Amino acid sequence: MSILEVNNVNKNFGGLKALNNVNLQVDAGTVHAIIGPNGAGKSTLLNCFVGRLEPDTGSVTFDGQSLLGIKPFQINQLGVSRVFQTPEIFGALTLIENVMIPAFAKRDGAFHMESWRSVASEGDLHAQAMEMLSDVGLDAKAEELAGQLSRGDKRRLELAMCLVQNPKLLLLDEPTAGMSRGDTNNTIDLMKRIAQRGVTMVVIEHDMHVVFSLAEKISVLAQGTVIVEDVPEKIKGDPRVQDAYLGGAHL
Amino acid sequence: MDAIILQILNGLDKGSAYALIALGLTLIFGTLGVVNFAHGALFMIGAFCAVTLNRLLSLSHQVVDETRTDFLGNPLRVDIPYVYEWFGPEVGATIIDWSVPLAILFAIPIMILIGLAMERGLIKHFYKRPHADQILVTFGLAIVLQEIIKAFYGANPIPTPAPEAFVGSFDFGALIGFDPLTIMYPYWRLVYFSFAIIIIAAVFAFLRYTTFGMVVRAGMADRETVGLLGINIDKRFTIMFAIAACVAGLAGVMYTPILSPNYNMGMNFLVLSFVVVVVGGMGSLPGAVAAGFLLGILESFASRAEVIDIIPGINQVIIYLVAIIVLLTRPRGLLGRKGVMEE
Amino acid sequence: MLGLNRKDSGLFLLVICLTALAPFLLNPFPEGSELAQFNAGYPDLMQRFMIFGIFAIGFNILFGLTGYLSFGHAAFLGVGSYAGVWMMKLLTVNVVPAIIMSVIVAGLFSLIVGFISLRRSGIYFSILTLAFAQMSFALAYSVLTPITNGETGLQLSLNDPRILGISQTVDGSIPAANFFGIEMRDSLELAMGGWLFTFNAGYYLAAIVMLISFYIAIRIFRSPFGMMLRAVKSNQQRMSYTGLNTRPYALTAFVISGMYAGLAGGLMVAMDPLAGAERMYWTASGEVVLMTILGGAGTLLGPIIGASAIKYFENIFSKINDTVLHGWFSFMPDGLQDFVVAIIHPFIGKGWHLTLGLMFMLVVIFLPGGLMEGINRLRIWFGKRINGRQQTPDHAPATSS
Repeated sequence: MSILEVNNVNKNFGGLKALNNVNLQVDAGTVHAIIGPNGAGKSTLLNCFVGRLEPDTGSVTFDGQSLLGIKPFQINQLGVSRVFQTPEIFGALTLIENVMIPAFAKRDGAFHMESWRSVASEGDLHAQAMEMLSDVGLDAKAEELAGQLSRGDKRRLELAMCLVQNPKLLLLDEPTAGMSRGDTNNTIDLMKRIAQRGVTMVVIEHDMHVVFSLAEKISVLAQGTVIVEDVPEKIKGDPRVQDAYLGGAHL
Repeated sequence: MDAIILQILNGLDKGSAYALIALGLTLIFGTLGVVNFAHGALFMIGAFCAVTLNRLLSLSHQVVDETRTDFLGNPLRVDIPYVYEWFGPEVGATIIDWSVPLAILFAIPIMILIGLAMERGLIKHFYKRPHADQILVTFGLAIVLQEIIKAFYGANPIPTPAPEAFVGSFDFGALIGFDPLTIMYPYWRLVYFSFAIIIIAAVFAFLRYTTFGMVVRAGMADRETVGLLGINIDKRFTIMFAIAACVAGLAGVMYTPILSPNYNMGMNFLVLSFVVVVVGGMGSLPGAVAAGFLLGILESFASRAEVIDIIPGINQVIIYLVAIIVLLTRPRGLLGRKGVMEE
Repeated sequence: MLGLNRKDSGLFLLVICLTALAPFLLNPFPEGSELAQFNAGYPDLMQRFMIFGIFAIGFNILFGLTGYLSFGHAAFLGVGSYAGVWMMKLLTVNVVPAIIMSVIVAGLFSLIVGFISLRRSGIYFSILTLAFAQMSFALAYSVLTPITNGETGLQLSLNDPRILGISQTVDGSIPAANFFGIEMRDSLELAMGGWLFTFNAGYYLAAIVMLISFYIAIRIFRSPFGMMLRAVKSNQQRMSYTGLNTRPYALTAFVISGMYAGLAGGLMVAMDPLAGAERMYWTASGEVVLMTILGGAGTLLGPIIGASAIKYFENIFSKINDTVLHGWFSFMPDGLQDFVVAIIHPFIGKGWHLTLGLMFMLVVIFLPGGLMEGINRLRIWFGKRINGRQQTPDHAPATSS
């Protein structure tokens, strides 16, 4: 049973066909990787899931509900969280505040006017956020400003911000780009733990080591179309994938 | 029909001033990415260049005129401007009479110097700061500039007449086949409009046909790429700032016969010019010019008694109303470029 | 205390003490002395400190927290003033209904303006608010003259109905603004030695209202709502992908700050029952921006400091003239004395705006955090020197102060 269903999605930018009849089924509780050469339309596709872009035609359904025509915050409230390629965090706020904000959004909804009680009195949410920070190994920096973190730390913070919401679907856009081997392995471990909790994940990734360590299913996107969708073992040997990657050096 | 033409003509001079200031604002914003709240002050300084030149030319000393006596029978002391002595009374009188157009030559070097000083001394340090900081620091500068002018010239408007030759109106209606005396248009306003057109055309030609201009235009479109080509964009942008300052200053010089300059005229024009820029589309030069004339003419139409009878007060608010509607329906403005300040 | 943490309680207590003792603190120089002109402890000026303090505290909730730079907040103050005067014309000269009405009307007006303006952000937002304020100003001067009394300004008259009060007093004059019988202009004067201290009823009413406003602002700053507003400033993109609808947050902040502006307008009317359109002119909006930035946007105390500093300089600086300067520099030889006075002359008296503009530029350039940042830097600097001296012997690492 699939939690995310993408049917015949098309998206044009001017004359350029960025997405061409994309179909995708993501099964609940699985890790689904989307791979493909640069410019294949991977990020465009992800943007269509979170309301950043609206497809020209086609449908995107999450948990039986269409994601088209509603705003990004409404999509998140349905249980979809996203980690961006360049980390999107609240640079002027402390780490703990960065994680508490999504926790508030999860508990109180898209707009909640609580201007009388102090943030400090929210012990439960604070504890929850601290736990999340220690999960990603940032608890020691909880009171520092997020803008001063290294790029890798920002990424982990963003992951914590998504995870604290306990999402049904987690979208990750190149979560290990620019990370060292060690950090990458840590992130893989972390994502494995997340997957064990039953969170469905869609991962865009260039690093095949990451893809084959995590993914239960892989869709290969080339020139805006899904050319193959299969389990990792079969993807490795598929000639069409080799073609798409120009000789398959990456594999 | 004649009434319509008259209103269009009436809107042209104010529209010209809006267009010239908005053009400079857009140049600065497009090239340097800076929101310059002190641009109105440059317009005002230009106007005071005209005042200053007029005063300089009128500098005089007292001479005892033996041929005339006052009522006590003493020889009369009269003020003789130095230019009378240097060039003879007739030429001297003409020079003083033509002080406003002459002030163009006087204002160009001054405005360029002020522009360079402003950019190198202050604006340069604000390229990387948020737009709010840029607004705030140039707002502070505008206050300082206008207070300096106030300290020297006082708070009252200083009438600065146009040359004798341009006083009065000409019958534009008769010229294009309407009844005589239906469409009267003051000569100076026609001069101002033509002057504005020449300046605008010169700026556009400069940007279009010179290598310098082409580099600047390329820089406006994509600063980083041009920087990568090894071209020193910053230096050119500094010069563009000086040119923008110059355009605002000249707009001010020539506007003095239409509106007697006072120290806070710049602020009033600035607010309206910003509205013009937004309506025209942030970063679009043709948009700034078109919106300047459009809003000037619209304001003139809204000032008609017939219109005010139907919608009282519309002449006061029309420009702002248009700006609000445009911003809400076409956030990029009439001719705005994609991706400029859309965050 | 009152649900505040220790640090905030301390701050609040400090502000309470300062405002309560202001008539003493602001009059440090004896009457008739050379320096008496620097005293600020007279009712009119102290009231202004409080009123503009409220205005700036409210503006800071919008600009300091969300980063939306409004250039039209004076319009709300103006609208509040008009509403206040009308209440005093129609109902009673008791200031309570006037102040309440000012807040309500300004709140409604800011709801409309904010709803439209917040559809854009950045400089477009600034220009939309500016356009609205200029429109209000132009309309108040022209078409709305029946409501605003145009250029003359709206004031009380003997023929006003005042259905809950009296149109005129027994001796045929306009009744004075009061708070349940305590007239705003009532003052108690206390002479001690060479000093004269004035305790004015209007000032203390304004002070109490300011303290309540300040307390509410602290609660907002520390609340989840305040945190969300800071998040709006930091990254709107992330906010919406986090499931938060940014616009109602920004709009609520806008309306709250509009109500603060209305409250300031209402208090102005309570102290002096008249309202004019010039209060809505865009330079007036610029002034509250100056106050907030000068004091320190985004800090609790900054706006009050900024508002007081600007109002103090406006009143005191503009009173200094050349004669006063000659008095100060009389110890110098004549030529030098004239020279010094000539140098300072443009910055004082009517030229005080020049000083203000320069001060403002210097702050934006060198102290973007305003005077509060300056105070903090000084504290850290002194802290380091003191710590350094104590710790040099044993080379202990610096501890956070």
